[in-house]
Amino acid sequence: MTQIHVTTTVNGDEVDFLADPRETLLDCLRDKLGMTGAKEGCGTGDCGACSVTVDGRLVCSCLVLGVEAQGKTIETVEGMAEGEKLHPLQRKFIEHAALQCGICTPGILVAAKALLAQNPDPAEEEVRYWLAGNLCRCTGYDKIIRAVLDAAAEMREGV
Amino acid sequence: MRYHTPATFENASAIAAAASGVTRFLAGGTDVLVQMRADIVTPDDLIDIKHISGVKDIVQEDDKCWSIGAAVAGAELTAHKGLCADWPGVIEGMGLVGSTQVQGRATLIGNLCNGSPAADSVPGLAAAGAEVSVVGPKGTRQVKVEDIPAGPGKTTLAKGEVISGIYLPPRGKGGGDAYLRFIPRTEMDIAVVGCAVNLRVEGDTITEARVVLGAVAPTIVVVEDAAKALIGSTLDDKALVALAAAASAACRPINDKRGTIEFRKDVAGVLARRAAKIAYDRARGAK
Repeated sequence: MTQIHVTTTVNGDEVDFLADPRETLLDCLRDKLGMTGAKEGCGTGDCGACSVTVDGRLVCSCLVLGVEAQGKTIETVEGMAEGEKLHPLQRKFIEHAALQCGICTPGILVAAKALLAQNPDPAEEEVRYWLAGNLCRCTGYDKIIRAVLDAAAEMREGV
Repeated sequence: MRYHTPATFENASAIAAAASGVTRFLAGGTDVLVQMRADIVTPDDLIDIKHISGVKDIVQEDDKCWSIGAAVAGAELTAHKGLCADWPGVIEGMGLVGSTQVQGRATLIGNLCNGSPAADSVPGLAAAGAEVSVVGPKGTRQVKVEDIPAGPGKTTLAKGEVISGIYLPPRGKGGGDAYLRFIPRTEMDIAVVGCAVNLRVEGDTITEARVVLGAVAPTIVVVEDAAKALIGSTLDDKALVALAAAASAACRPINDKRGTIEFRKDVAGVLARRAAKIAYDRARGAK
C-alpha cells in the first residue's frame, strides 16, 4: 500500500509522517507521533474521546484521515499545559474531581478549551450542549460542568 | 485504497467515471469514515474534494442568491450571520446534525448525498427551493434538492457525478422558514419525524408556502396539500387543522422502536403546525 508523506503542525511543532490513506488522524497521532493523549473510545465520532482542533475547529480525530492533516494546524491535549504549569481547565478538573477513569478527559479538555476560546462566559446549558458529543461513563457530568464553569470564571479574571 | 486530491470538480468526476471499483467522495467525512470503519464501504478510490478552489466559500451573489461550497461545515454555516438571517430554518436543521465535533466537519451536501431519510438539513433545503450543481461526465446540470434522494442510502446521481455546490434562492421580502424534529431526548439523536416550512407573507396573508417532511418515508416528502392549506390563509385555526391533516396523510413511515407508524403520522401534523407558526412569525418580523 502506498504511503503518503504528510507534513503538519501539532501543538506548534512541525512534524511529518508517512500515512496509509486509510489511517485516521487519531491513528497517526498515537502510533506515528507517539502522542497518546487523544483516545479511541468508539472510533465512529460518537464519544469525543479523540477530540482535537484542526485549524482551530473542534473535530473528532477518528473522523479525519491522517492524509487530510497535510498543511494543517493541529492542537491536542498535549499542548494545553505549559511545561509543568497546567492549563486552568486541567487544574480545575483535578480540584473538582471531574475525572475518574480518565479516558474521556483529554477530549473534554480540548473541547472545553475550544468553547472558552469563542465564548469566555458560557451558561451552564451552553456548556452542556457544547460537550454533548463528549461521553463520560464515570462521573455523571456534573463535576465536569462545574470544573469548566469554574475554569471559565478564573480565566475571565485573568488569574 | 487510492486517495485522490483533484483540483477541479471536472477532474473529480473524471476519476470517479473512470474507476472500476467502489468510489466515494470525501468532504467532511462524518459518514464516509464511519462506513469505512464499520466495513460497510471500502472504497478503492477516495476522492477528497477539499483541494478544489471555492469549496469552503459562502457567497451571496448579485441577485441575492446564496452559493455554498461543497466542503462548508455546519459550524461555518451557523457562524454566518447573513445566511442565518435569510434562511434560519435551513441553518437550524443543519445545526441539529451530530455533536460540536461533527459540526466541525459535516456538510450540507454530505448530509444530502448520504441518503438518509432522516437527514436533518434536507427538508429545510427542499422547502427553501434549494438547488445543487451536479458535475458529471456529460457536463454540469442544476438539480432541485428534492430530486437527489432516491431511498435510504441511495441518490439519483449517476456514476461519475458529483455535487459541486448548493444554491439557496434570494430570500426576498416577507419570507420565513423553520425546521423542527422530534427525538426522544434533547440532543445527539436521529429524527423520528422532521418538518420544514418555508413561506412568504403579504401583510398577514400567506402567499407562498412549501412544507417538507423528513423521516416518515424512504425519502423526504414535499407535501403539496400542506402548502395549499397555508396559502391564502392568515395561519388561522382552520388552516392549521388542514395543514396538520395534510402532513399526517403524506406520511409513509416505518414502524420501529423509535416510533410507531401511528405516532409518526400524528407527530408530523404537530410539527407542521409548530414549524408553520415559527416560520410565519419570522416572515412577519422580516417584512
